[in-house]
Amino acid sequence: MTATTGRGRLLHLAAAVDRPRAYDAAACVALARLAERGTLDFVTLGDCFAGPGLDALQVLARAAPATQRIGLVPTVTTTHTEPFHVQAAVATLDWVSRGRAGWQVEVSATEAQARLFGRRTAAPADRLWQEAGEVADVAGRLWDSWEDDAEIRDTATGRFIDREKLHHVDFEGSTFSVKGPSTVPRPPQGRPVVVVDATLPAARDTAARYADVALLGVASRTEADALRTELRNAAGAQGRDPGALRVLASLAVDLGGGEHAAERGHGGGGPRPGPHGPLYRGGPVDLAELIAAWYATGAVDGFHLRPVEPGRDLERLVNGTVALLQHRGLFRTFYPGSTLRDHLGLPRPANRYARARSGT
Amino acid sequence: MTCGAQERQRSTPGAVRGGEGCGAGGARRRMHLAARFPGAGTTVWSDPLAGSPVDFASFEHFARTAERGLFDFLLLAEGLRLREHRGRIHDPDAVGRPDPLTVLAALAAVTDRIGLAATAGTTFNEPYELARRLASLDHLSGGRAAWHVATCADSFTGENFRRGGFLDRTGLPRVPDPARTGDTPLARAAEFVRAARRLWDSWTPDGRQRPFAHRGRHFDIAGGFTVPRCPQGSPVVIQAGDSPESRESAACTADVLLTPHGPLAAGRERYADVKDRLARYGRTHEDLKVLSGVTFVLGATAAEARERAAGIRRRQISPRAAIVAMERVWGVDLSSWDPDGPLPDFDPEPAGAVSWERCGSADPAAVAHRWRAVSREKGLSIRETVIETADRPAFVGTPEAVAAELDAYVRQRACDGFVLVPHLAPGGLDEFVERVVPLLRERGVLRTRYTGTTLRSHLGLPEPAPGTALPAAGAGRTEQEQAGTPP
Repeated sequence: MTATTGRGRLLHLAAAVDRPRAYDAAACVALARLAERGTLDFVTLGDCFAGPGLDALQVLARAAPATQRIGLVPTVTTTHTEPFHVQAAVATLDWVSRGRAGWQVEVSATEAQARLFGRRTAAPADRLWQEAGEVADVAGRLWDSWEDDAEIRDTATGRFIDREKLHHVDFEGSTFSVKGPSTVPRPPQGRPVVVVDATLPAARDTAARYADVALLGVASRTEADALRTELRNAAGAQGRDPGALRVLASLAVDLGGGEHAAERGHGGGGPRPGPHGPLYRGGPVDLAELIAAWYATGAVDGFHLRPVEPGRDLERLVNGTVALLQHRGLFRTFYPGSTLRDHLGLPRPANRYARARSGT
Repeated sequence: MTCGAQERQRSTPGAVRGGEGCGAGGARRRMHLAARFPGAGTTVWSDPLAGSPVDFASFEHFARTAERGLFDFLLLAEGLRLREHRGRIHDPDAVGRPDPLTVLAALAAVTDRIGLAATAGTTFNEPYELARRLASLDHLSGGRAAWHVATCADSFTGENFRRGGFLDRTGLPRVPDPARTGDTPLARAAEFVRAARRLWDSWTPDGRQRPFAHRGRHFDIAGGFTVPRCPQGSPVVIQAGDSPESRESAACTADVLLTPHGPLAAGRERYADVKDRLARYGRTHEDLKVLSGVTFVLGATAAEARERAAGIRRRQISPRAAIVAMERVWGVDLSSWDPDGPLPDFDPEPAGAVSWERCGSADPAAVAHRWRAVSREKGLSIRETVIETADRPAFVGTPEAVAAELDAYVRQRACDGFVLVPHLAPGGLDEFVERVVPLLRERGVLRTRYTGTTLRSHLGLPEPAPGTALPAAGAGRTEQEQAGTPP
């Protein structure tokens, strides 16, 4: 069983299953199953309209029936998409995976991506992230727009639903509005898990307001610690429980070098800044040391690891690093729960409209 | 576009198909079968066997049944806005449905051969994103994706979308721009499909990405598509409708035309008309399949089937649903009226607050007139009148009779096959597959196994030739200039 430190904190581990230029389901499904063998909290799959690759949410929907427990977190962008469609697709991923869906919110910042849609020109990151926050906001409202017991099938009165338990969201954002309610009933987790990469300052406000999981691409423990504190304080200032925000360090990992780091400054020393964010290069054993050390000081709640060479590195991660952490009692050896929220230790959220209706 | 004798020839190469499932003599025309997951309106949710309209298990059950029957494809509808009635959510129907493309991607994991068709509208989507999602489904399913192009949209639905603000109640731009006379949902849909085909055609079969550009009245887009050429060349494009515009548009660009069910003679006339339009676009009769959307009710005897059908209609139209149906037509509050009593004796409110389902809805005054006539003539109450005038199941009878009738429609060229819509989800298809499919197979009109792996192969459709959806090299023509150019 998972050991805990501090005030009952659990270590959380996630992995990216991106495989550049893989266009069939098999490769991604195999990686998700491998990650599930390592009892990781979730896998992520990136999505960018300008880069090669399939629609990430669809790929992970394809992986859902081929997995049982692991969380499935595709990137879905908010700049050129319809907020109503985005929330419906994420809610549906939660339905087809029986409560294992998350959504990594991302923006499309380049002019090249804007040209693919021809509707708007490229905009500054802070404006795009403000809109992304509004999309996350309206998605949460739409997921709540059906109360859990809205479907009543009352043959006596001929009513399939109790319409008092369906709600217009009447959302007015700065660039869009949505009437609601959703066409998809409330998903199994109530609200699927929202993930935001808060590495860029422009994304941090949205992360503090709406994220269940924040990712930080930082190379040093002290920097992670400081940013985690900043995010938790900002979440608290929004009236949220800071303890309901999980902050994971996001590192690229290259485990090709053997058991231990071949290079000083890596391995037990830590990752190094690179052109695509921090990169850890070393062995699975030293990576376990690093994870344990960062985690023990409370700098992070866990790690999101992005294998440089997915087939090789994820296998070493699961069979090496994770096995070691499990052996030390730092990481779960089985999934005690069935939903992604269970894995993350996040409660199923109460429905805001049901609360409002009951007058509390 | 009228048809001369030459198009009437019935001996086009594809009319008697070689290949799978065909009788040796070629006398039998093979039937294409598909199934749509039933939704609000068709499904009888009060049946104790009615399952969840949203649980994945329901879709898995339905898909496995359709695949057991060796169907060509299954179709999932989309929901863009819940119906409302007098400003409140409409509650008698089984509403709530998941996003079709996401469900189909998951179904690709639990099925091997059956085609996976999603309804997706062109009004509240953009070509790049939707073409990419469809191409992704095609890759994830090994060439089984299809797109049912929906065009129905209005300001009510638009309230959920970025683009919705400038549509009026009928789906036309709120402020018509004289310079943009083609800015209707249908015109946008046609251009949307052309743009999607261009995206799907932008990679060469040997895996080289070519830049694309599409510039037209509704879309001005350019760049690189992130998904290689689809396993089946491009997803199957399904259009629906029965207007001359729908038929022409389907003849120009669709792979499948979905039509409403009707009498045999009307079906034959439509079928000939649709197929005759194909030659104008350099296409053969085999390049467009005409499928009728049908409901069915089976029974051990004809009388039992009729009784079941009547029971289904009674359950579909509860007392509450009957009053709501009346209110839709009359446009006023009738909640205090007795569903077992007489119809209103006053005329409908012309500007009544009917706020949903404007697309395709009939003139309220005409409907009221017809309903009152039926009520008077047969002495029917409100509920009995609504039941009497509701759509009847297309095929009601014993499995033998239904199989014979289905076969007759295809043999006599009223359609190439059917999209079956059962009354019960997810189990409503089971009975058909167990009792009617074997009879159709005995008749030699249904395949006995899947011989191909892609939906195009099931439907007997050719793969689009590479490079044909791209503008002519070097030609700087815009979409406007190309529109109307003969192929």
